[in-house]
Amino acid sequence: MHADAPTRLAPNWQALLAFLAALASLFSALAATPFTATMDGTAALMVAALLVGAAALSNLRLSAALESAILAIGSFGAAWLLLGGLNEAFGTATLGYWLALLAAWLLGWRLVSVLSGDGVKTGTSRLIALIVPAIFGLWILIFWEALTRGAGVPFVLLPPPSAIGLRIAAATDILAADFVQTVVKAVLIGYLIGCLTGFLVAILADRYRFFANGLLPIGNMVSALPMIGIAPIMVIWFGFDWHSKAAVVVVMTFFPMLVNTLAGLAATGHMERDLMRTYGASHWQVLGKLRLPVAMPFIFNALKINSTLALIGAIVAEFFGTPVVGMGFRISTEVGRMNLDMVWAEIALAAIVGSLFYGLLALLERAVTFWHPSYRQ
Amino acid sequence: MSAAASHLTGRFIPVFSILLVILFAWYIGAVALNAPFQHDLEKRTGNVTTGVAFIEKTLSQPKPTMPAPHQVAQALWKGTFGVKPWSRRSLVYHSWVTLSATLLGFAMGTLLGVVIAISIVHVPALDKSFLPWIITSQTIPILAVAPMIIVLLAAIGVTGLLPKALISTYLSFFPVAVGMVKGLRSPDILHLDLMRTYSATAAQTLWKLRIPASVPFFFASIKVAIAASLIGAIVGELPTGAVAGIGSKLLAGSYYSQTIDIFAALIAGSICAILLVTLVDVVGRFTHRQMGGKA
Repeated sequence: MHADAPTRLAPNWQALLAFLAALASLFSALAATPFTATMDGTAALMVAALLVGAAALSNLRLSAALESAILAIGSFGAAWLLLGGLNEAFGTATLGYWLALLAAWLLGWRLVSVLSGDGVKTGTSRLIALIVPAIFGLWILIFWEALTRGAGVPFVLLPPPSAIGLRIAAATDILAADFVQTVVKAVLIGYLIGCLTGFLVAILADRYRFFANGLLPIGNMVSALPMIGIAPIMVIWFGFDWHSKAAVVVVMTFFPMLVNTLAGLAATGHMERDLMRTYGASHWQVLGKLRLPVAMPFIFNALKINSTLALIGAIVAEFFGTPVVGMGFRISTEVGRMNLDMVWAEIALAAIVGSLFYGLLALLERAVTFWHPSYRQ
Repeated sequence: MSAAASHLTGRFIPVFSILLVILFAWYIGAVALNAPFQHDLEKRTGNVTTGVAFIEKTLSQPKPTMPAPHQVAQALWKGTFGVKPWSRRSLVYHSWVTLSATLLGFAMGTLLGVVIAISIVHVPALDKSFLPWIITSQTIPILAVAPMIIVLLAAIGVTGLLPKALISTYLSFFPVAVGMVKGLRSPDILHLDLMRTYSATAAQTLWKLRIPASVPFFFASIKVAIAASLIGAIVGELPTGAVAGIGSKLLAGSYYSQTIDIFAALIAGSICAILLVTLVDVVGRFTHRQMGGKA
């Protein structure tokens, strides 16, 4: 923009705002108002000075790499010091503290903007695609920690992430037992049976057009129904142990798989099918060599949808009766006992399991449907 | 063959016959599942029946393992038309409680989803940093934490409709956000370039090009979102001992092993789901036609 008159300044609104907030917090620190009860004046001055410096430098015309480094040090360095200043100082943060946090966050935003902007696309883009969301997630944790401890949010409402982390470390045996009960037994077994039967029924229905025509509208409708409601019935039928939960998972995963496989099997074009006919291919040859590969993106779509549904089904089914182990059981009882850190530990476990499950399926999909246009560079 | 006739053979007859098969299988299943209890009962009372009389008895138990379709239909009929719609025993009342939470949550979720999609399309930093987390957010089984969220919100004084609606919001914003990002990016590069030659602002491009282009995506996503909202509202009613709503009917039924009531509540919920999805479908088609699309 200013090619004819190069200037040393490249102002941006995040860094400008951060500069103002950091200045305000610096004044607050100079006025000898401590940031928190346990944070001494020099630490406060250090934070504010770090932020003012980083914000000022970010408004200069720098290379993206240098600016990123400065912003990362300024933003996360300040956040580290600020969180460190919260030791034993529950709910005592002052205005200066919040202004400093705000400035650090704005610098974090600027960092994300610089990283996702132009100029850093070559070669490092895959790394950037990982770093940028990581920064975002890290800032959510920082805010969560600072808000709960700095503002003194009662523990029973929202425990800070550090407390949840400690609880995860302390209760690994309970978490492992719940994981085996809910995920390994109920979810995995139910998921495999549900997806496999859905797939097989779709293959059979596809052999006879009549069934496919009848099943597709019904399956589509059933997929929109609140199938989770069958959980109490399954508990009555199959008892309290994992069998009833696996049954819920089977019912919940069956229909999405059925519908998606049927849709996928119908996705081949006339040209390809005609070509197969000129080869004199049998029904099963056409199925194995043409229609199943074409249906794979649809099948993986169902597998991904089902991965979340299966976890939900198994955990919710445990609300209706369970032996004294399992993630759903733990969540409902620990909520009642106000042990919110244990509840959050289970949620973290569920989130990790869900993300890993999904991620594994996505990797597998890439390997199986490598030919699909959406993976072309 | 006329279009109507081909529709009949192509869809109606297969669907109808499969529904008949399901109904038949349901009766067989009901007899098979209820028979052991009936055998037991008759052995104890000494009043042993066989054949048709026995089958009739298995299909008319007060608390069957598997209720027969006509028992569920009776319960459904009684709950819908047999009592005043505002009474506590009415399924219409319970459905309305759940539906109101569903609709509130759906409205909030759709709004949130659209706002997120518009910001993601306009701010590259959000696209890179926020979109991956939106996808991750859905791998968290939120329904599993629904009880905690409801208890927490009750602790800070938020009760009634809103907590359930918030669960629905969480479930419904995702399909809308993802679908709308796709939809807002769907305009052709040529059309976007044309807007640039007009020196249109970002807001003008949004209103006159991106939003009209995203309408089909919008309706496809809210169809998924409204079904998810209903599930969210039902599960939201499970934990806190909610006194009204389809979820509370399910829970009460499971406490007292009243399988007929559970099935009736389940079917009431399914009817709600079908109504909602059909409504969205009809509005979508109407909008499509108003915008000049081909039927």
